[in-house]
Amino acid sequence: MSTYGGYALGFVSLFLIWQLASLYLVSSVLFPPPTVVFRKGWLLLRNGVLLEHLAASLRRILAGFLAGSLLGIPIGLAMGSFRSVRKLLEPYTEFLRFIPSVAMITVAVIWFGIGEASKIFLIIYTTIFIVILNTAAGVAAIAPNKIRAAESLGATRAQIFCHVAMPATVPYILTGMRLAMGNSFTTIVAAELIAANDGLGKMLWDGRLFMLVDEIFVSLVTLGLLGFVVDRMFRWSIYTFAGKYSPAT
Amino acid sequence: MPLVSFLDVEKTYRSLQGADYTAVEHFNVEIELGEFFCLLGPSGCGKTTVLKMLAGFEAPTTGQILMDGRPVTGASRDRGVVFQGDDSLYGWLTAVENVEFGLRMRHVGKTERRERAMRHLELVGLKGQEQKYPAELSGGMKQRIQIARVLANEPKMLLMDEPFAALDAQTRALMQLELAHIWRATRTTVLFITHDIDEAVTLGKRIGVMRAGPRSQVKGVVEVALNGARSRTDDGFLRYYKEVYEMIRDEVAKSIAGAS
Ligand SMILES: Nc1ncnc2c1ncn2[C@@H]1O[C@H](COP(=O)(O)OP(=O)(O)OP(=O)(O)O)[C@@H](O)[C@H]1O
Ligand SMILES: [Mg+2]
Repeated sequence: MSTYGGYALGFVSLFLIWQLASLYLVSSVLFPPPTVVFRKGWLLLRNGVLLEHLAASLRRILAGFLAGSLLGIPIGLAMGSFRSVRKLLEPYTEFLRFIPSVAMITVAVIWFGIGEASKIFLIIYTTIFIVILNTAAGVAAIAPNKIRAAESLGATRAQIFCHVAMPATVPYILTGMRLAMGNSFTTIVAAELIAANDGLGKMLWDGRLFMLVDEIFVSLVTLGLLGFVVDRMFRWSIYTFAGKYSPAT
Repeated sequence: MPLVSFLDVEKTYRSLQGADYTAVEHFNVEIELGEFFCLLGPSGCGKTTVLKMLAGFEAPTTGQILMDGRPVTGASRDRGVVFQGDDSLYGWLTAVENVEFGLRMRHVGKTERRERAMRHLELVGLKGQEQKYPAELSGGMKQRIQIARVLANEPKMLLMDEPFAALDAQTRALMQLELAHIWRATRTTVLFITHDIDEAVTLGKRIGVMRAGPRSQVKGVVEVALNGARSRTDDGFLRYYKEVYEMIRDEVAKSIAGAS
């Protein structure tokens, strides 16, 4: 209960400081107070424009994030478990993870056009390496005695993989996914800024183009709130569904 | 023919920086079928090293280990292991799921394996705790889950690495009693590692005393001819205690001098 109280207080103070700053400190049309932003946001919500952009961004993030995780988890497990796979794939992961997804936007647009495919490709790209790296690190962190115990209880290598390596790695996988979710937000906005017909990034870009400062702020606040809510949901699901996978023991 | 023979076993740990370390050398010992063999030695002398080789987790550098006349080449369900710490339990499984792990891997039906797991949990005094996760159990309880997990799998032999070292004196005494009881009931061959003379004399049918490392060996084997429940106040118990103590005293001194 006190957590919620804390959050509420935190948010209220954030908007209060913003309000005061924009009224008395930098009183300018370029820095609208939250009251103006929320009124504008309410308007855009009522006429459906905001929801349309929000849905477009969210759809891309979810599709790319899920695909990237579904690809990254088995690859990470295999890389963590088998030396040969690690040696084979490390050049790819170690090379590509240093090319930021934002730098891949141009290539993505050239390859896939400005439609959905390029966005989803970019989110997959930004998700997959973090998930792979965390998953592989999780496998490496398994206490050797867990594997040895399974061996002397008669488990086969395949069984050890499914019944020991995989569950022991769950907390690391979830942490990787959570980090990847954060990065997906960065990537989607950048991609939509450059090439998109809708989405929160497109909204930002239009705001700049037509000097709609209020709309820019509506988009920013929406991003912040959306990220906050999604991350809370992630933490909550880690807590409820994976509490027993806690790394302790 | 003994169940297990160590034939002139040597284990040298290769080091990337610094000198290699020969933990044991010319290590010879035989363990008979159905006996409770205690391996006793000062800290760092190579007890865990010996257990890891017999378990099949690590190969000897030279020499051979035979079980049933066949060389040990890897881990097998013939040799169930109770580890020194509690990091071998599966934190995502409940107590009973941990205990039935081996049976599940061998595709024993759900009702049968649950029934067998519950029986073994009861045997180690953990009835009523079966739905708890390891993180919710005390150190002594976790150790008992390890023991139940191994017993439920019915191995030919039990390898136990200081299973009670981390317990308080009372719990430890209780666990020793339980283990002695289980052994008398099942007559499974046991290799029990400890650095505690009292524990070795309480449990062992024979006690192998190891020298201080490096190049540790079995210095001598004491046969404990005491039957049934043993009491620390018996003359016989004290006699064996003294015999083992005389044997190990110099080794502990060497081990401490070597470490400083
Ligand atoms: N993986 C390893 N690499 C290098 N040296 C090792 C390794 N494992 C053990 N040693 C060394 O071998 C010696 C014996 O270790 P071991 O763990 O077998 O001792 P122990 O008798 O079980 O000790 P304790 O009673 O403290 O558990 C020690 O000096 C240790 O430093
Ligand atoms: Mg040890």
